[in-house]
Amino acid sequence: MAAASESKTKVTLPSDREILITREFDAPRDVVFKAMTDPGLISRWWGPRGHTTRVDKMEVRPGGAWRYISGTSAADETAFRGEYREIKAPERIVQTFEWEPMAGHISVDTATLTERDGRTLLTVRALFSSKEDRDGMVQSGMEKGLAETHDRFAELLAELRAETRSGAR
Amino acid sequence: MQEILSALAEPNRLQIVELLRRKPLAVGEIVERLGLRQPQVSKHLRVLSEAGLVEVRPVGQQRIYRIRAQALKELDTWLDPYRRTWDERFDQLDDVLRDLKEKDKGKRNGRRK
Repeated sequence: MAAASESKTKVTLPSDREILITREFDAPRDVVFKAMTDPGLISRWWGPRGHTTRVDKMEVRPGGAWRYISGTSAADETAFRGEYREIKAPERIVQTFEWEPMAGHISVDTATLTERDGRTLLTVRALFSSKEDRDGMVQSGMEKGLAETHDRFAELLAELRAETRSGAR
Repeated sequence: MQEILSALAEPNRLQIVELLRRKPLAVGEIVERLGLRQPQVSKHLRVLSEAGLVEVRPVGQQRIYRIRAQALKELDTWLDPYRRTWDERFDQLDDVLRDLKEKDKGKRNGRRK
């Protein structure tokens, strides 16, 4: 597990209803913007590692809907959805975000891309309707971390079982 | 953790924490910088102190407030899984960007020939 200080992504809480996420990329911003708005590319990076992510809907225009389905198998698939509010290539994307199992808890995410010396600073400001929603979102990250731990535990069990079998042979 | 978050939910208290993160300050200095009344600031400091976010130390006649590093560490630990989710996502985006740049280079070289 990487220590917090090794993370290239910065997460801060600038107010009680916001989360601010910052990351620098080694690419000009038109390239970063393309990767964020091209349905063919989203599936390659948006979902958690080990998950398959499909784009169900992605109408990149103000008022357009987006919906991604993500999971390790059909059994644990869940969907994320929202609406685009503002698209200003290649510098700004405003969209709502909602996780379908927790429908109704909606954040407005503003992504801002600034370029310097061929590198892009991406900031995502997620604004929630209440502090409880904000904290709930961070907490769900915790649950995901926990789920990953369980996955690793299951893998470990599988390995142990395999070893036991080969040992028995 | 909930106590820390509740304490930080008040904008003036968040601002006090921001100030103290830069350097320890006396109550009077905080009053001056925030433009609040002393009783208000004292009340906020009491809440922050009860949540374990700040600690006070007498220096001469003054009471100097400072951040408790342990509380910030707790906050950081709480944020870590959420941060990792984004970090992982952006690591994958890094790979996509690398591919896009390679393709772009290929195209440019192709044109030059």
